[in-house]
Amino acid sequence: MANIIEISGLNKTFRTSRKHEPVRALDDVSVAVREGSCMAVVGESGSGKTTLARVLVGLETKDSGEVAIAGTLVTASLKRKEQRARARAVQMVFQDPNGSLNRRLPVGSAVDEVLRAHFPLTASQRKQRVSELFKSVGLTDSHAQSLPSALSGGQKQRVAIARAFAAEPKIIVLDEAVSALDVSVQAQVLELLHALRRDRGLSYLFITHDLSVVRNFADDVIVMRHGQVLERGTADDVLDRPQSPYTQLLLECAPKPGWKPRRGVIEHLNSEIAS
Amino acid sequence: MAASETAVLATAPGTPAPGRLASVRHRLGWIGMVCTGIVAVVVLAALVGQFLVPYDPTVGSVVQRHLGSSAEHLLGTDQAGRDIFSRLIAGARTSLVGPLIVVVATAVAGSMLALTAVWFGGRMDAFLGRVLDVLFAFPSLLLAILGVAIFGPGLVTASIALAVAYIPYSARVIRSVALRERNLPYVKAAELQGINGFTITLRHILPNVWTQILTGSTINFGYAIVDLAALSFLGLGIQPPAADWGLMISNGQESLQQGFPEQSLYAGLCIVATVAAMAYLGERLGGRAAAGRSKQ
Repeated sequence: MANIIEISGLNKTFRTSRKHEPVRALDDVSVAVREGSCMAVVGESGSGKTTLARVLVGLETKDSGEVAIAGTLVTASLKRKEQRARARAVQMVFQDPNGSLNRRLPVGSAVDEVLRAHFPLTASQRKQRVSELFKSVGLTDSHAQSLPSALSGGQKQRVAIARAFAAEPKIIVLDEAVSALDVSVQAQVLELLHALRRDRGLSYLFITHDLSVVRNFADDVIVMRHGQVLERGTADDVLDRPQSPYTQLLLECAPKPGWKPRRGVIEHLNSEIAS
Repeated sequence: MAASETAVLATAPGTPAPGRLASVRHRLGWIGMVCTGIVAVVVLAALVGQFLVPYDPTVGSVVQRHLGSSAEHLLGTDQAGRDIFSRLIAGARTSLVGPLIVVVATAVAGSMLALTAVWFGGRMDAFLGRVLDVLFAFPSLLLAILGVAIFGPGLVTASIALAVAYIPYSARVIRSVALRERNLPYVKAAELQGINGFTITLRHILPNVWTQILTGSTINFGYAIVDLAALSFLGLGIQPPAADWGLMISNGQESLQQGFPEQSLYAGLCIVATVAAMAYLGERLGGRAAAGRSKQ
């Protein structure tokens, strides 16, 4: 199967201030995502997983390396046409549904304006489409007229998902998209995302620090640390037969039924991180 | 509205059910009620005052100069025998239209500059910031006098010149709130969805900084009344014999020395009352906006 995303030798360095050493957020990262699959990117805070997502969608510029989406190389130029083409191809669902929706705009209008930016539709056609999109994420037309403040966290994230689907992208980047939701809502939203992927043949890049959701949701996994890819493989391989000691440690730390914090693990992890 | 009504009921059990007026009073406080009343009277005078004046505000007779208060002339007459009460009512219009021009021009130009600077950021922001810094260096009244000196005296020139002087202040405030909005994730989200910057600025950022623009405008309104009155006082704004509060203060100077303070006094009171009322209501609006923000 063809690769929908091909990233090779990607580098990104942040200079926080003159006093501090520049931070290598991405260090020679190469990732390939098969069309129609879900790739999970796992790692602790500061491992570079979010930077990877931001470079992919164009919120951050890359220092060097190549990013190809659906066989087309992404350039650093800021031409409007290219930006819009990328927006058509790649959409993103953010971690915090409270922040990613305008608090003064009815959520239906937020979806509507995406349609208006990308498709030559009449007002009534757009209304119809918004209604379909809301239905597909399990919301009704009355939800479309409310402000974000009137919706629950799970409902807001459903709106964000409907908005991401509105442009009919090929790839959706889920940046900790379920991390802010409580566990039962998390399961519902993951199920919804899974069903939508199956129906539409989309590819996901699923950024998370939560290993417990990876097994059921992702096909492939990469583990990142300090801006480097430590391990890659199918979800079952990485989770059941981790190769790198860091992945083993991550798995050991993941809360499981009957899990108790073991003396020494946290200290060990801290010393590992310090190294 | 409903919430504040229930609050009234809750705090004062046993009192008769409060009506609409009581609920408004509860929200504004009695000072707020008085201020609203003052502003309403001034606006009414500006709108329909010309039909209500008992005497022609620009024509007087010299034999009737410096009359005291009487049933005929409610607040007496000035040095040219004109009815002061009529002139105060007629002056309300020019005293409001000028500041209105100033406030609207300032808000529009200030918002445009601020939103442009915030959207493009980087060099554009730095460039516009320097331009505003240069404007900041001039005292506003001096800039207005310069404008009038170049384009000639009159209400419109004076107002526009003053608006230019106000722009940096309003632009700086709007920029700071717009910058905060610009960095919120929903703006990034809209950008990512391929929505263009103009649309994002108008549909997303502007509605979220609207309250601050409005609040700033009410406060500017007070300053503008005072500054325009000062310009008229200097003879650079409204030209006699038209009625204007600032001009009336200036015209009353000689009479003041002769022991007839009425004209300057009443016109000054009108300015003070209007400015104080506008400023208080502006502060309240700003306070409520701040409370609304912290609730979110």
